Amino acid sequence: MIVPLAHVLILAAVLFGLGLVCTLVWRSNVIMLLIGIEVMLNAAMLVFVGGSNHWGMADGQVFALIIMAMTSAEVSLALALVVYLHRRKNTVDVDEFRELKD
Amino acid sequence: METYLFYILAAVTVIGTILAITEKHPVHAIVYLVTSFFSLATIFFLLAAPLVAMFEVIIYAGAVMVLFMFVIMMLDLGRTDEARRPVLKQWLLPIILGGIILASIGTIATGYAAAPHPSGALTVRDFAETLFRKYGVAVEIISMQLLFAVVGALYLGRKGKP
Repeated sequence: MIVPLAHVLILAAVLFGLGLVCTLVWRSNVIMLLIGIEVMLNAAMLVFVGGSNHWGMADGQVFALIIMAMTSAEVSLALALVVYLHRRKNTVDVDEFRELKD
Repeated sequence: METYLFYILAAVTVIGTILAITEKHPVHAIVYLVTSFFSLATIFFLLAAPLVAMFEVIIYAGAVMVLFMFVIMMLDLGRTDEARRPVLKQWLLPIILGGIILASIGTIATGYAAAPHPSGALTVRDFAETLFRKYGVAVEIISMQLLFAVVGALYLGRKGKP
């Protein structure tokens, strides 16, 4: 282990906080909101990889890989939704999508 | 040496992410985020996870970010004159909330004495054996999930009314 586990956890916490702030702040652009989710998922992956390195078990890396596969599925669906919503209302502002009906 | 490298890369990651989330132009934000992901991939490499580092570069910095860029270009969201940042009032509360979470996790992490770990180096062979022997079912499930995502994306992206 090159650095203490605590430092890896702190870095992951900082990244998670930044992603959370990005998600909460950018209501005017749904793309930036998705970027915030990406940053948060990366922080989670960093925790898994750091723990896997600390305890010398590969399970954490496997979960990081599975998070990555899940993220690519999520991003493809979310961006398809963004394209669909943009086609309907011609905007990506989250506040415009308030109604369930057409 | 590697310890210093970790801290430098951590600084690059955090600064890149800050620049990405405060950038009003979506394309610039994506490029900053790619920088941040590259340095995060190097951190993964330093933490003895070369395969995860490689997939980070290929899938995250490559595929996912290019997909974002593609959608931005396709919907023509990259105009400089229309881009605007949220006002300062909107930043305040999220920063306070994020700061509270950060402080609590930091307090727990610094006061946390982890159990001593076995000093076995983690190899790619260990990783592959764990992935395909212990978590073989998870690989199958995740492949199904990707298939469903493809079907959903095709359905949503259809011409006409879904």
